[in-house]
Amino acid sequence: MYTQALNTAETDDRGLEDAGKAAQFQARIDAEERIEPNDWMLAAYRKTLTRQISQHAHSEIVGMLPEGNWITRAPTLRRKAALLAKVQDECGHGLYLYAAAETLGTSREELIDAMLAGKAKYSSIFNYPTLTWADIGTIGWLVDGAAIMNQIPLCRCSYGPYARAMIRVCKEESFHQRQGYEIMVTLCRGSDEQKAMAQDALNRWWWPVLMMFGPPDATSQHSDTSTKWKIKRFSNDELRQKFVDATVPQAHYLGLTIPDPGMTQDAEGHWRYSEIDWAEFKHVLAGNGPCNRDRMAARRKAHEEGAWVREAAAAYAAKRARRPTAQAAE
Amino acid sequence: MAISNIEVAETPLVLYALRRADDALVLGHRLSEWCGHAPMLEEDMALSNIALDLIGQARELYSYAAKVEDKGNDEDKLAYLRDVRQYRNLLLVEQPNGDFAQTLVRQFFYSAFADLYWRAMMTSRDTTLAAIAARSEKESAYHLRHASEWIIRFGDGTEESHKRAQVAIDHLWAFTGEMFAVDDGERALIHAGVAIDPGTLRGRWLTTLSEVASEAMLTLPQNDWMQQGGRSGRHSEHLGHLLSELQSMQRTFPGLTW
Repeated sequence: MYTQALNTAETDDRGLEDAGKAAQFQARIDAEERIEPNDWMLAAYRKTLTRQISQHAHSEIVGMLPEGNWITRAPTLRRKAALLAKVQDECGHGLYLYAAAETLGTSREELIDAMLAGKAKYSSIFNYPTLTWADIGTIGWLVDGAAIMNQIPLCRCSYGPYARAMIRVCKEESFHQRQGYEIMVTLCRGSDEQKAMAQDALNRWWWPVLMMFGPPDATSQHSDTSTKWKIKRFSNDELRQKFVDATVPQAHYLGLTIPDPGMTQDAEGHWRYSEIDWAEFKHVLAGNGPCNRDRMAARRKAHEEGAWVREAAAAYAAKRARRPTAQAAE
Repeated sequence: MAISNIEVAETPLVLYALRRADDALVLGHRLSEWCGHAPMLEEDMALSNIALDLIGQARELYSYAAKVEDKGNDEDKLAYLRDVRQYRNLLLVEQPNGDFAQTLVRQFFYSAFADLYWRAMMTSRDTTLAAIAARSEKESAYHLRHASEWIIRFGDGTEESHKRAQVAIDHLWAFTGEMFAVDDGERALIHAGVAIDPGTLRGRWLTTLSEVASEAMLTLPQNDWMQQGGRSGRHSEHLGHLLSELQSMQRTFPGLTW
């Protein structure tokens, strides 16, 4: 699914490192060359990317929970299979991303431990509950739609493994987004109860989705460094506006109302939204969203209850490694 | 207004397809409960994959049952609008996931059977069932390999994993006999070459189990008392809860398109 643009870059530390290498590194980035795992890189670049990619991975994994909440209750067998496949894709995205983060020198176990200890963030959007089937359509349509807006520029990120992972992820997200929108189309062509369900879901998800793009540019810190390193190519507000402009006509097509009575279209055709309640965003980031505790509890429970399984797999692998004749006999 | 259960004209062939469809759906549903909660991400992926294969098999079998029945039912009506007493799945597949060992032992017992069963069904004189079998056989072979590898890891892993696997084997064993049972309607289909006699698979099934158990240093029970009832709708208490979740949308909002 997606990580939000709350990742802040480390301060540029080139002064502490070899000035020549640092200049050469920046020149490669400026020339749109890809930085690969064994290449020399600034320590701050490594740290920024490790944090951003791992937060992105955590978001994919935590993001399995709100949608997974409806796998056992999907209304038809076709919807059940599609939702299960979608949530499985999110898990796959998490795996590619942990693998991309590992190329920077931190293991998946360490990254997951940091998340479970509450030291690493994941996208705040997953701290909202999925209450009805329409939430599954809305997540695909809006949350995955916002993810695509954010991730398409990441396909050109200066770090090779991240950029390549994003190319694959974006293809799947685009499919998810169409699937979510198709659920919404079906609901909006359905009974009054179904239309009301769709509108209610839009009302609840709209503002949290706009928050996914991160704080407004005026208050966003360090994005200069991320831009200079070509990790980030567009500002939070630019991406948010692109998303709103793409989404409003889709809502109109569905016959749904964007829950922003102050929204207007300007002379250039941009849909101008009202002030976002950043206090809510800060509360959710601080751990006070409706589902923060449930999400962390679910991830910790899976991890703790699965410990004996991982230990058994490791013990068995170690035994096998000590039995070369048994292996050779196979 | 809750929608009432549909009626199904259970001719031998309709019932035959329905029983296998219910096996696949109920087991697929159980496995899907792990999605997001598995011991490692690779297993979230693997269990979802197996669940998807099984749900796919269920959809084909339900559609075929509906087509043969020809009374206006379809895959969703068959899945969502029959009550516990109308479900025809094996008791084994409705057993709760329990711990990861119980889920994998359940899968191992079922897949070891399904692998042999679908391979044999590829020769069915019913071309639809033979085609479903050809696809399902490939899937079941992978499911069996996945489950077998885990049984061996549990058995030959740690003391705890060994113990958990043995507890699961002992607990689930009594649900395995039903896979090999045949009633009069099925006997007629076997005679006509539409179905195969599952009793003929039991020897090979036991061989597969014994080989894996031996490598895993686990013991297969000697107890031959077997629970029966799923095929005629006499289920464990677990199935009703599974269905109330599975069917909640169709029961709450009757007759809508989703």
